[in-house]
Amino acid sequence: MADAIISVHNLHKWYSGVHALKGVTLDFTRGEALGLVGDNGAGKSTLINILSGVHTADQGEIKVEGRTVRIAKPRDAMDLGIETIYQYNSMVPTMSIARNLFIGREPTRFSVLGVGLLDQKKMASESIRAIANVDLHLRSPDALVGELSGGQRQGVAIARAMHFKSKVMILDEPTNHLSVKETRKVIGFVRGLKEQGITGVFISHNMHHVFECCDRVVAMARGEIVLDKRVTETSIDEVHSVL
Amino acid sequence: MHQQKFEFLEPDVKRLFKTYLEKPELAGLILLLLLIVVFQIRSHGVFLNQDNLRGILGILPEAGLVAIGVTILMISGEFDLSVGSVFALMPMTMAVLMVHGAPFPLALLAGLLVSAAIGFINGYITIRFAIPSFITTLGMLFMARSLTVVVSGGFPPLLPADLPNWLFTSFVGPGNMFRMSFLWFAGIALLTSLMLSRTNFGNWIKATGGFPPAAAAMGIPTARVKIICFMLCSMLSGFAGMLQVLRLGSPLPSIGEGMELQAVASAVIGGASLAGGIGTVMGGIIGTTLIRVIDNGLVLSHVDANWFKFAIGFLTIFAVVANAWMRKRAKAIKMEG
Repeated sequence: MADAIISVHNLHKWYSGVHALKGVTLDFTRGEALGLVGDNGAGKSTLINILSGVHTADQGEIKVEGRTVRIAKPRDAMDLGIETIYQYNSMVPTMSIARNLFIGREPTRFSVLGVGLLDQKKMASESIRAIANVDLHLRSPDALVGELSGGQRQGVAIARAMHFKSKVMILDEPTNHLSVKETRKVIGFVRGLKEQGITGVFISHNMHHVFECCDRVVAMARGEIVLDKRVTETSIDEVHSVL
Repeated sequence: MHQQKFEFLEPDVKRLFKTYLEKPELAGLILLLLLIVVFQIRSHGVFLNQDNLRGILGILPEAGLVAIGVTILMISGEFDLSVGSVFALMPMTMAVLMVHGAPFPLALLAGLLVSAAIGFINGYITIRFAIPSFITTLGMLFMARSLTVVVSGGFPPLLPADLPNWLFTSFVGPGNMFRMSFLWFAGIALLTSLMLSRTNFGNWIKATGGFPPAAAAMGIPTARVKIICFMLCSMLSGFAGMLQVLRLGSPLPSIGEGMELQAVASAVIGGASLAGGIGTVMGGIIGTTLIRVIDNGLVLSHVDANWFKFAIGFLTIFAVVANAWMRKRAKAIKMEG
């Protein structure tokens, strides 16, 4: 398909004898918000981990913008413009917002063999801008992430992905353990992605959240895709019935 | 519930908590200054006189360099009990090579390579087999100490007479206040401190220790970062051991015994967290200085010197309890707008 930003073809993954992914073929359409649903162990995390470079597929092909790619480590995915925001582990609580925004991609004033002096001025000014861009109001980029609420942390993670001009943003259970108010905010973020031209992949247990902010829903069960429809052409009940 | 409890707190108090979170070494520094005043009074002014300061500053670099390495490693989320043994093995390696005719620079290089290799083994085994570094380095504590005795052949080898003491142990500065070793210590402290707080690699160390899954997800090679910290820690310990041997003039196989625990105490008193992610090089140095000051100050104040270990032990537990309490309280206050 011409408008597919990521296409995966016949992906297989085994975990010590367990066939976790059984030949998954899927196109992620550019600019679309795709909801990925399924029970625990259905294979959605496996699929996401492969796309974000945490695991590698045992078999199958991944194309990004038409080119066949190899995603061997998280950095490969990030370099391709695929950013993943995990439920818990995308922020270091003992570090400041500015430091967290640039982990692994710190701007340096000069560097020798990849190690260099941090450009702290740039980090401060860019993180202020990045946070403001996602409509998050934080007093200072020097606040520790550990001081933030769950929703604010997700906001900072989204700001980070935006700042690095991600083309595809994968959000893994971003609304878990959030208050109602914060959940609204995260759903707002996902809806806003389309205006920014970013493809969203939203993984959730909560069907209502998916139907609220996604264009298309893909359901997985036992390592396979069992449903792939536009949200306007299906219902929560239908999705539940195939899981 | 916690938040409500703190609603009455003044902004000043909040700021204090926040300062603490950003500067975990502050409490240690205040205690250090307090003790200096107490010892100065109790010793009737002897504590801060030139001779006594010279004594303290002359041996501080040795324990201080070990503490710097242990602190950085602890920030990366790991632990090294083998530093005391490496402290002895490195100079012993050098001494044996020099007895066999190797020139000093070559022996120094070999000694540092041996230290780096031990650090690498510590790190590699810890990560490869996913076991606690407490165990790996406990094993290495015994192995490296054993190697030290084995290579010495049971007798401390005689050091050659033409050692570059001018570069490491000679007294310099106004009133011959410092040994050269202090300049090495200050230089290394400055460099490592800059590395930790001002470079991208320092950011990776803090991220790796602070929350490993997040660091890995952001593409940081956490295993490599930890192994480098293990190697740095071993090399600093070996270098410190060499300084002590040059000061004493003889490579005893027993030096550095118990040093591993004092180094951990230094790091912790200086605000480093055993869980990783929190700590500063300055904190490790303040912790070491505090221990040296107590050691020296107790003697000058005519207190039974056997209270020394009691004081260090008490201070360590007190520091960790206080740190844990402060962290919990500070976290309970949400400071965002």
